[in-house]
Amino acid sequence: MSGFSNAWIIILTVVTIVLLVWLSFATRKIKNPRDDNTTGHVYDGIVEEDNPLPAWWFSMFMLTIVFGVGYLLVYPGLGNYKGMLNWTSVDQLERSQQQVADSFQASIQQFSGMSIEEMAGNDKANSMGRRLFTTNCSVCHGREGQGGFGFPNLADSEWQWGGSIDQIMHSIVKGRQAVMAPWAQVLGAENLPKVVTYVRHIAGLEPDADAATVEAGKQQFSTYCVACHGPDATGNPVFGAPSLVDDVWLYGNSRAEIQVSISAGRNGQMPAHEELLSQDKINLIAAYVLSLSSDKPAAAIDEG
Amino acid sequence: MNHEILEKNVGLMILFIIIAISFGTLVELVPLMIERQTNEPAEGLEPIAALPLEGRDIYIREGCNNCHSQMVRTLRSDVERFGHYSTANELVYNHPHLWGSKRTGPDLARVGGRYSDDWHRLHFYNPRDVVPESNMPAYPWLFERELSGEHTAAKMEALRAVGVPYTDEDIATAAEKVAGKTEIDALIAYIQQLGLLYPRS
Repeated sequence: MSGFSNAWIIILTVVTIVLLVWLSFATRKIKNPRDDNTTGHVYDGIVEEDNPLPAWWFSMFMLTIVFGVGYLLVYPGLGNYKGMLNWTSVDQLERSQQQVADSFQASIQQFSGMSIEEMAGNDKANSMGRRLFTTNCSVCHGREGQGGFGFPNLADSEWQWGGSIDQIMHSIVKGRQAVMAPWAQVLGAENLPKVVTYVRHIAGLEPDADAATVEAGKQQFSTYCVACHGPDATGNPVFGAPSLVDDVWLYGNSRAEIQVSISAGRNGQMPAHEELLSQDKINLIAAYVLSLSSDKPAAAIDEG
Repeated sequence: MNHEILEKNVGLMILFIIIAISFGTLVELVPLMIERQTNEPAEGLEPIAALPLEGRDIYIREGCNNCHSQMVRTLRSDVERFGHYSTANELVYNHPHLWGSKRTGPDLARVGGRYSDDWHRLHFYNPRDVVPESNMPAYPWLFERELSGEHTAAKMEALRAVGVPYTDEDIATAAEKVAGKTEIDALIAYIQQLGLLYPRS
């Protein structure tokens, strides 16, 4: 703080306190010149007595001033004067953060030396991971990791970006950005529904589709879609391109929904969490996410 | 001094009351208005771009600040949940500031980048779709209304007049950056740039 501000605060504060004390005592001493102890106001026969402030009131007021002076000596308040306790709000914050960090470190001590897989099989690690998941992840992925429209289900065995420890870790730490381009212009209004038919046909949703339409759709698919989704349409976790032949549909599997996905594109994004969470917490979350799907066959989850 | 003089001259009494109550104001406000710490922009601080600027006005129009603060306090619970506590020098271009005081919803000072744009769209359209227990209202009309950008340049000029360093180029290209975008685009652009200057953990 500059010298001016410093002096400004100290002088005004001290002068105000001194003036208040002076005013309280000075007005207390004024003698009433009238001998009937009234102010002399009369209204409708009512007179106004002129008593000094009651002693309890006056002393309470003095006590608040004493408290104020004491406060200004102990805590910072007078400009650059730091106070006898050297208290700062940031210091208090850092001490409480340190306290919690210590107790967190103590409680994860038991997992040191464990791999993420081992933590995924550990009940204590999972209950900590679950709480962290509820706080940080459930807003998109759901309380049970069940996902939602546009947000992947983490409790099944299908992984858009891969289900290995390294891949899950990368998804959390660095985030993911899916880039399904809009294909409306490229495919044109005529071909678009054919590709939709083909995609639904290979997924087993339209087994009786017209063979010529399927063939036409397949040609377009082979030209534009295989680069990411693969020739057998099983997807590629490197690009986050989902398999189109399983039962998991991030953006729905109706004709209308698939048509929108192809024509307008989809750009699902997982925000990077390296800045938001410590590595220890990310480990707990990754282990919990792994535990969600580890013992479940793919079919059992899709119903939920 | 005879306080009868004060009591019987209302004008004089008003003057003395103003002097008496202005002490606290003067002590607290004058240093904030002149100190470097509260007036010099933080390193790397940029004025917000045209589209987020329009989004900010929608934020104000819809009264988001009535339920969401933008002020992370120096409390462990706040810092743990929202990120580094707010500092004065990262908010010097905020006119008016949107610190808020009622914390019905979470603090938004550092919400930028925390959720995806898609998530924000779903959430603004109907918060219950993604957060079942949410009591935030839905804002479906933001998806229909288009922005023309006709006032964006004027807003930037007004902000420049109070010290936000927009360049002539910023102002000249403002309208085209905003025109044709929907209100939800602008609001999400605003939300996504909040508080990125400081680490969030």
